[in-house]
Amino acid sequence: MSWPSREIGRPPQPSPRRGKLREVGPPPQPSPRRGEGVVVILLWTALLHQPAYAGDWSGDAGIELRAFGSSPLDPEQEDNNLSFYMQPEYYRDWDDDNQRFVVTPFLRIDQADPERSHFDLRELYWRKSYPTMELSVGLKKIFWGVTESAHLVDIINQTDAVENVDTEDKLGQPMINLTLVRDWGTVDLFLMPWFRERTFPSLEGRLRPPFYIDESRAQYESSAREKHIDVAARWTHYFGDWDIGLAHFSGTSREPTLQFIQSVTGLTVFPFYDQIEQTSLDLQLTKGSWLWKLESFNRSGQGESFQALAAGFEYTLVGVRDSTLDLGLIAEYLRDNRKLGTSVSDQDIATGFRLAFNDVQSTELLAFTGIDLNNNERFSSIEGSRRLGQSWKISLEARFFSNTEPDSTLHSLRDDDYLQLSLAKYF
Amino acid sequence: MHRPDTAALLLLFAAWFAPVAPALADEASERGLAIAIEADTRDQGFGDTASTLQMTLRNRHGDETTRQMRSRALEVADDGDKSLIIFNDPADVKGTAFLSFSHKTGDDDQWLYLPALKRVKRISSSNKSGPFMGSEFAYEDLSSQEVDKYTYRYLRDEDFDDRSHYVIERVPVDKKSGYTRQTVWIDHEEYRVWKVEFYDRKDALLKTLVFDQYQRYLDKHWRASLLDMTNHQTGKSTRLDVTDYVFGNGFSDSDFNRNSLAKAR
Repeated sequence: MSWPSREIGRPPQPSPRRGKLREVGPPPQPSPRRGEGVVVILLWTALLHQPAYAGDWSGDAGIELRAFGSSPLDPEQEDNNLSFYMQPEYYRDWDDDNQRFVVTPFLRIDQADPERSHFDLRELYWRKSYPTMELSVGLKKIFWGVTESAHLVDIINQTDAVENVDTEDKLGQPMINLTLVRDWGTVDLFLMPWFRERTFPSLEGRLRPPFYIDESRAQYESSAREKHIDVAARWTHYFGDWDIGLAHFSGTSREPTLQFIQSVTGLTVFPFYDQIEQTSLDLQLTKGSWLWKLESFNRSGQGESFQALAAGFEYTLVGVRDSTLDLGLIAEYLRDNRKLGTSVSDQDIATGFRLAFNDVQSTELLAFTGIDLNNNERFSSIEGSRRLGQSWKISLEARFFSNTEPDSTLHSLRDDDYLQLSLAKYF
Repeated sequence: MHRPDTAALLLLFAAWFAPVAPALADEASERGLAIAIEADTRDQGFGDTASTLQMTLRNRHGDETTRQMRSRALEVADDGDKSLIIFNDPADVKGTAFLSFSHKTGDDDQWLYLPALKRVKRISSSNKSGPFMGSEFAYEDLSSQEVDKYTYRYLRDEDFDDRSHYVIERVPVDKKSGYTRQTVWIDHEEYRVWKVEFYDRKDALLKTLVFDQYQRYLDKHWRASLLDMTNHQTGKSTRLDVTDYVFGNGFSDSDFNRNSLAKAR
């Protein structure tokens, strides 16, 4: 679960940068996408020449049926939707397990949204392990953070936003990653030579802003565009009950600001990727049945410097009423004080619960509601899953948007409440 | 022929001569503790182990499902052991890994790696009474058995399967344990555990764990290849087969941290 991305669905608002850009004139020209196709072909050629016995294939594939509670706001949008995805993974270890090759392609075919039908390499990397050091080269997925309702400090990978409003799906990030394992903690150094643009739904897709975001006209603050070399460093360690992570990121913001240009041909909206500096902290205290969590960052380069914070707890009641059921109670406070037009700091409270049945089928349920303390708009989410037999899994996902305000983030999603049922085969 | 139950007779005398009772209780505690310490001492110096685990879960109708895992353990001097469990099957949890630093006193430190999100999560160890992977084993049944985690009482001696056993009772120190007490059968010769009975919070018999197919490694360390846990209250049972035991892997602390958790296969 995670709160929907801040910029999705936010209508045009006056801001210094947007004002300036509007005077610039004609919309920027589309930039063709390069390179990805070649990489894919090379990869599959390499894979087909691997001896069949050398590695291990696993993964999952499934179908998802999404039913929306209301008719779409825009008649161009889909009604109910059927979607198919596949994510196989191949890995191979050699050199006494000191070297590893991993590839995780991802494919989605979506009934209604051509932008959601897409292919990505979630991972494609080679890693060499040394006694106190590791070196990885390729596309990787890295997760940072501790909180549940927002992933503030998680910045290495771009969000694959066509996948889900929860922003938890990520695109593979090209990188050279050096990991140093020391007594005083683990240091990760990242050099990222290629930036991945965020994906956005097409006009046919649901759960989108009331306008089309033209990815092909993406603009960058850096003249090197997506070839700007981003760098990051992170230290993680634990001291008894405390787990700590400190990080700094310098480079292209994964989160774009949307730019609006009104011309005679109509409104053009495109993403703008600033150069940012972001320093972050994540902290967890684990005390008995209590998990106390904090994530916070300071970001500069995207307008005025601003801070964001997520803090809260998860308390677990073990074996409720002498059963094997565990009930986790979650509450988190979110604050984001970036200046958006005239709005004050964005403040939300997210509360929810997690049920783990601890049964043979690993039945789980996670439900939460986020409330915006400024305008009272709400986002609710339910996620449940259960294994069927030995290798199938059935999942339920529901999202609700309510009390949305006309000038607020979630307003364009107000008729996009949905229930999704999916069936996946794991192999 | 059933041997006279010395402990029971002693207790009878103790009841008769009430003032003597505390001294006798102390004696039973000391003897119980001595047996537990001896069993622990005999297995010291194992260094590290790696093994493959298969769990077969049976419900009361006899339907079976399986779990496959690999386990690594590192002996830690003067504290509980470090362990890493990597899940292979069912396929939807493949790549999930569980890291635990057990402690003689206080809560264990535990982390879970979720491969779908590439996320390492520090988790609460307070669910020790909860089922492990839907099986009849609780987390506390599988965690490193440290002497300091219980108080002891010697009950009696008992013979079966051509072996003589000490029968001791142990009471978990931790209030979060799912058990009020356990009865443990340990053989005289090699101090191996052959049977454990678990009593729930209402002090009713909950489960019986039977150990079998012991093998000796490095001329010293005994490991059972088969553990069978039966839940008397639900009729469910779980059979745990432990194979491919390897000692002396040369593991160190760096094989048991957040980083090694995330790359374990």
